[in-house]
Order: sequence, then C-alpha cells, then structure tokens
Amino acid sequence: MGPRLKLFAPLLIFIALAVFLARGLQLDPQELPSALIDQPLPAFTLPDLHSGEMLTRESVLGQPALFNVWATWCISCRVEHPYLQTLAEQGVAIYGINYKDDDDAAIEWLDTLGDPYIANIVDGQGRLGVDLGVYGAPETYFVDAQGVVRYRHVGVIDERLWRTRLAAIYAELGGTVAPAGDTP
Amino acid sequence: MIPEFGHFALIIALCLGVLLSVIPMWGAWRNNEKAMALAPGLAMGVLVFVAISFAVLTVAFLQDDFSVKVVASNSNSLLPSMYKFSAVWGNHEGSLLLWVLILAGWTAAVALFSSQLPLTMLARVLSVMGFIGVGFMSFSLFTSNPFERLLPGTPADGNDLNPLLQDPGLIIHPPLLYMGYVGFSVAFAFAIAALLGGRLDAGWARWSRPWTNVAWAFLTFGIMLGSWWAYYELGWGGWWFWDPVENASFMPWLAGVALLHSLAVTEKRGLFKSWTVLLAIFTFSLSLLGTFLVRSGVLTSVHAFAADPERGLYILVFLAIVVGGSLTLYALRAPTVSSRVTFGWVSRESLLLVNNVVFSVATLTVLFGTLFPLFMDALGQGKYSVGPPYFNAVFLPLMALLVPFMGVGPLSRWKSDTGSRWLRDLALPAVAVVVCSLTLPLLGADGFNLWVALALLLAGWLAVGLLRDLRDKTRNAPSLARGLARLAPSYWGMVMAHLGFAMTIIGVVATSQYSVERDLKMVPGQVETVAGYTFRFDDLAAVRGPNYVADEARLSVTQDGEHVVNLAPQKRRYLASGSIMTEAAIDPGLWRDLYVAMGEPVGEQGAWAIRLHYKPMVRWMWLGAIFMGLGGLVTVADKRYRRRRAAVAAPGGIDGSPA
Repeated sequence: MGPRLKLFAPLLIFIALAVFLARGLQLDPQELPSALIDQPLPAFTLPDLHSGEMLTRESVLGQPALFNVWATWCISCRVEHPYLQTLAEQGVAIYGINYKDDDDAAIEWLDTLGDPYIANIVDGQGRLGVDLGVYGAPETYFVDAQGVVRYRHVGVIDERLWRTRLAAIYAELGGTVAPAGDTP
Repeated sequence: MIPEFGHFALIIALCLGVLLSVIPMWGAWRNNEKAMALAPGLAMGVLVFVAISFAVLTVAFLQDDFSVKVVASNSNSLLPSMYKFSAVWGNHEGSLLLWVLILAGWTAAVALFSSQLPLTMLARVLSVMGFIGVGFMSFSLFTSNPFERLLPGTPADGNDLNPLLQDPGLIIHPPLLYMGYVGFSVAFAFAIAALLGGRLDAGWARWSRPWTNVAWAFLTFGIMLGSWWAYYELGWGGWWFWDPVENASFMPWLAGVALLHSLAVTEKRGLFKSWTVLLAIFTFSLSLLGTFLVRSGVLTSVHAFAADPERGLYILVFLAIVVGGSLTLYALRAPTVSSRVTFGWVSRESLLLVNNVVFSVATLTVLFGTLFPLFMDALGQGKYSVGPPYFNAVFLPLMALLVPFMGVGPLSRWKSDTGSRWLRDLALPAVAVVVCSLTLPLLGADGFNLWVALALLLAGWLAVGLLRDLRDKTRNAPSLARGLARLAPSYWGMVMAHLGFAMTIIGVVATSQYSVERDLKMVPGQVETVAGYTFRFDDLAAVRGPNYVADEARLSVTQDGEHVVNLAPQKRRYLASGSIMTEAAIDPGLWRDLYVAMGEPVGEQGAWAIRLHYKPMVRWMWLGAIFMGLGGLVTVADKRYRRRRAAVAAPGGIDGSPA
C-alpha cells in the first residue's frame, strides 16, 4: 500500500461509521422488537426478592399488571421510582423484575425508598431479561390477565407519559386506576 | 414583533456566514487580498447579528412571552428570573442558538487576536469557521427555529423548566461545555487551513496551541460542573455514570488531551505533523458526533434532548460533509514524506507518543462502548446496553498504564535521553513514594487498602516527577523564589494540569473506597452515627419556594460533642409539572463531605427514609479538574504566543524552552 493510500484509512473508517449512524436514525432505541408484542410472557422460575420462594409465570398472572425492570445501579430507575409509588397507591398492579442486581442492595433500596411492587422477581443472571429482550433498565411491560405482553415501554415512566399515553394502554388491558388526584 | 426581529437577525447572520465561508476562501485561492481582508469584518458581523438574535430570545424568556413556543414549553411565570435566563439554553432550540453564538464568538476572537497571522492563513481559518457556522445556523433556522410562535392560542402560562435543570450549576454548565466543544473548531479550522495551504510547520502548531488549550480548559470546567451537578442534584451521591451524553463530552476531552500534547511535539520538534492534523480533525469531529448523539435520539440517555429523526438526518449530513470533506482533504494533502528529524526511544518524544497512544485508545474505547448498542441494533443483533462495568474495566487500566510515563515526562529531554539519567534522578523519590503509599493506607479505619495504595503510588509518582523537575529548573537561580518566578507560564500550566490529574486520581479512589453510605428510616428526635459524625433529626417542616412546595428535614450534626453543621435536605414538588425532586444538603470540606438526602416518607409517625453519606476527599476530584482547567488557561499567558514575528520559525523548530 502506498503512503498516500494509507492516508485514506481514516476516511474509510468514517464512511463506515456514518453508514451505521444513518441506519441508527431509522431505528428507534425505544422500540420493542415486535416479536414479543402479543406474545405470552416467557416462562420462568425465579426467586422472590424478599421471601426467596420460587415465583413462576403462573403465580404472577391473573390480573392486568405492569412488569417493571429495575436495578439499584440504574440512575433512571431512581427518577422513576417515586412515580411508581404513586401508581401503586392508585391501585395499579406492578411487579418488579430486579435485573442483574445485588439482593441486599435491592432490599435496602425498597426499605428506604418504599416498595411499590406486589412482588419482585430476582433475575440475577438476566435470563428473564434475555427472554424479554430487555434493552436497559428501566423498562416496563404491560401484560394482560392472560399473561400476554401487550405493550413495552423503554425508559422512565412519569406523570406526563402516564396521563397522555400509558394510562389508556393500561385501561385497555382491563386495569383500573383510582381517580387521579393529590395522594396524601 | 420583537421575536421576529430575533428571527430576522439570525437570517442576516446566516447570509453573512455564507459570505464569510465563500469570499475569503475564494480570495485565498485566487490570491485576492481584498477578498481575504473581508474575513475579519464578516466574522464580526456574524457575531453581532447572532448576539442580537440571542438577546431577543433571552428577553422573550425574561418577559414571559408565552406566545413563543420554546418559552411556553420551557418556562413559567413563577420561575425565578435566574432560571428564566438559563431556561434559554435548557431546551434544544435555545441551546443550539447558544452553540451558534459561542461559535460566532470564537470566530470573532480568532479575527481579533490573530493580527500576526499571514492573511491567507487567517482568511482560510475564518472561512472554515464561517462554514461550520452556516451549517449550524441553517440547522437552527430550518429544523429548530427558536422563534416559532403559538399564535393564536397563546397559553396563559408555561410548562416550566425541567426541575432538574433549576440549579445554579446548570446555569453555567452548558455555556462552559459549549465553549469547549466549539472551541475545538478553531484547532480544526487551523488544521484545514494548513492542509489547504500545504504548510504544516511549527508556526501552524504554535498558532493552534493556545486556542486548543483554552478550548480544552473550558471543556474540563464544563465536564467538572456536570459531574458536580449530578452529585448534588440527582440526590444519591454518584458523580459519573458513563451515560451516552456524558461520553459525548468526554470523548472530545480525551482526544483533546492527545491533541494538545501532539501539538507540543509538532511545534517543538516538527514531528508527528500528519498525526497532529488528524487529531485536530478527530477532536472536532467528536464534538460534532456528540451533538448528533445528543440531538438525534439514536441512543437512549437520561439527558438527551427530545428526539427527532429529521434533525438527526440534518446533523448527520452536515457531519458527513465536514468530517468526510476534511478527511478527504487530509488523505490528499497530508505530507507523506517522513520527517528528517529523528528521536531516540528514550526521549520526550517517545513519552508523548505514549500519551497519544493511551488517550487515542481511551477515546476509541469510549466511542466503541457508546456506539455498541447502535452497531448491534443496526446489524439486527438485538438491543444491548453497555454500562459502567465495561467502561471501568477498560478505562481504569489505561489510566494506570499512563501514569508511570507521565511521571517521567516533565523531566525528560527532547530528542535523546538516557534511562540511567532518569534512574539517577528518580530512584530516590520513587523509593519515598513507594514507602508512603504502603504506609499511609494503613492509617485508614479498615486497615490496608490496595486500591488506595495504588492511587497514592501513581499520584505520588506524578508529584515527585514534577518536584524533581522544578528543583532542576531552579537550581541555578540565586534564590528559589527568583527561580520559580523565571519559569514560563506554559511550564506552570503543565505543572498545574499534571498535579490536577494527580489530585483527581486520589479523589476518585479515596471517595469510592472510603465512602460510608447509610440509608435509614428516621423519625424526628432520632440520632444516628455515621463515620464518627452524629446526625440528629431535629424536626420536619413544610416550606414553600417560588415555584415548589417542599418537605424539609432539619438535622444537626455533631462530632465528639462539638456542633459541626445544620443540614436541611428537601423533597420538593414543583407546582407546574408535578415533578418530585430531591434536594440534598451537603456540608462540603476538603477532607470530607457530609451528604444528607431525603428518600420517601415511611409509615405514619412522620418517619422518613434518610440517606446519610460520609464522602472523604470527594472534592479532590473536582479540585483536580479545576487545576487541569486553570493549567490550560495559564499556558496562554506565555510570551511566545504574543511574539509578532512568530510566523518565521525554523521548520525543525529547534528550541530549548519547555513545551
């Protein structure tokens, strides 16, 4: 390779990078790989965070619920947490999937910040996360009473999002929410 | 009408920018002096009209003109004036206008302070910067017009500024960061101008250096403030998360470190020319890439701006033109003849080469980690997220590898040095440092800590290298004070920046190893002890701020019966958005921070989850960054940058003064 040709290497690398970036623009990082929508929640047998008893897919079904993927190492989860509390107080059923986390840290977090979850599934190895196609925490799956995933939200759930979009999806699953208002 | 004036001013600025990017460039090509001489005036014109436009937007925010869309979406009549001001850049459109303003400012500064530059060089530099300005001004006008109106249908009040951004640190964080990002455009423009003119010589490197140092210094301050803000505003005491947006500012910083050391070699020894040019292009490209990542929504992040593929496409096309164009120019024009100047393996050049390799590799690993989710997604391999474990695993060893060389750097000699001289000069200090780093960590409460020992070893090594060199440099002076006073500002800048780096190492390691964090349920009257400090929860109060209501916990802290401080963390609810925010209370100190934040109420009896932290030496990290930034600024005071005859220097640049 001539000395002049070598100088083209940075340009070629950049072109390759630009192609990826252009492709990236057409992809939505918030979008669910469509495979899971309207598919049943994957089967699992994983321990409960507090009791250590085994939870299975069957044991958590029966009502429309949110499955919230979280971890103590996740910054956005801290931002999201207070609003999950509010939702839980309004009667929204929320299960936690404690993703690749340390059990003691997770328990301490819930003791300190409050526990909005009906139960927490410990997914220490991220097995369930792989089955679900988890991209990063926080992430929330809307699952109906029959255990079918109907919607996936990537990122923090806040009041505005809930009001404008997510509340309707939850209602479609058949979930009921206490009338909104200032919670004491 | 007033907002339309702002819009109009921006359009005029764009027109002037187009003239600036065409006429002087044409003049430099045809050797037309009149055309070239227009460049400084046009650069000033762009600045004036962008400044008018920015001022108009600021007035709209201060006067609560909710007919302007960005004001209605990002401000509120109850917002304190200080934050109405910073809300101007607390959103995509306004921050882009700030970016354009700062770029216009840098361009005008180059026009003002470069009277010693040859006219063709100056014309080319200003034209390149003008072209970048055109890209961003048209981006603003065509895809993100900050002056868009809500007429009719003006809302009665605004949506309020994101409460996370309602903070003094965030008032100056974005401007400093942009000063850094955009400042690298100067080094970039010099590189392009040098390639166009075919003159990559010591003069080019000397002109580039002060601008690069200043831009890098601002970026250092900006990143430091961002980290500090995360520490006290997010409410849980973390200070760096390897988030894509943080990485977007960190990559140009790392590449900037490589660039300013490489420029030193090119100026002093006329070596690494092609490499330095490439680094200058690379550094600014990373600034542009950061803009793309933050504003296009290709990656998820906690603080990315609202995603919009159309905007993303625009920046990508602009990125392709600027980076693709400059790399093509580089491929065609960069010198291929290897330099006649040579250097030995044991020399300052080799050490700076190590610096360049380490920092380039560090930049690329951060770039790779940041873009990995995107690559895998684009290849249809599924969704991934790359977290702190990856970054810490690759980044920390790289820095540890760097420091041994960095310690020798200042006292090494150009061209050829001997290992035996390094050994003679540094053997004794090295032994002292090893002994200190082995004994000092024993004083810690939990016994010997390997990581702290290692940090002390590395930081101490940097310090003794500098001290040894200071002694050598002042040995022949009549007195120590006279000797120190005789040293050049560029040398002092280096000393400060390197010491700052050592301080940051100590701060990072001490705070991550020795922090005590306890999350407790506390009721008023309860007393808890953390790391020898006794925290008493005195009472709970409801307080009202200008645009929020808050629960405030009042704690008094004592140590050995002596009163230390009263701390009052808050849990705020912002009225307009309903968002809940944690306001931590911190007692800062050089040796330790006491940090209290409120969690959630627990149970009925006024009990709250309270987070008590003891964070030793966390300030050292930011102090170190301040020293690095100040070091970068101090170098600019060096006399040789003010020499009028700077243009004619020997191409080899045989110069005995320190880099």
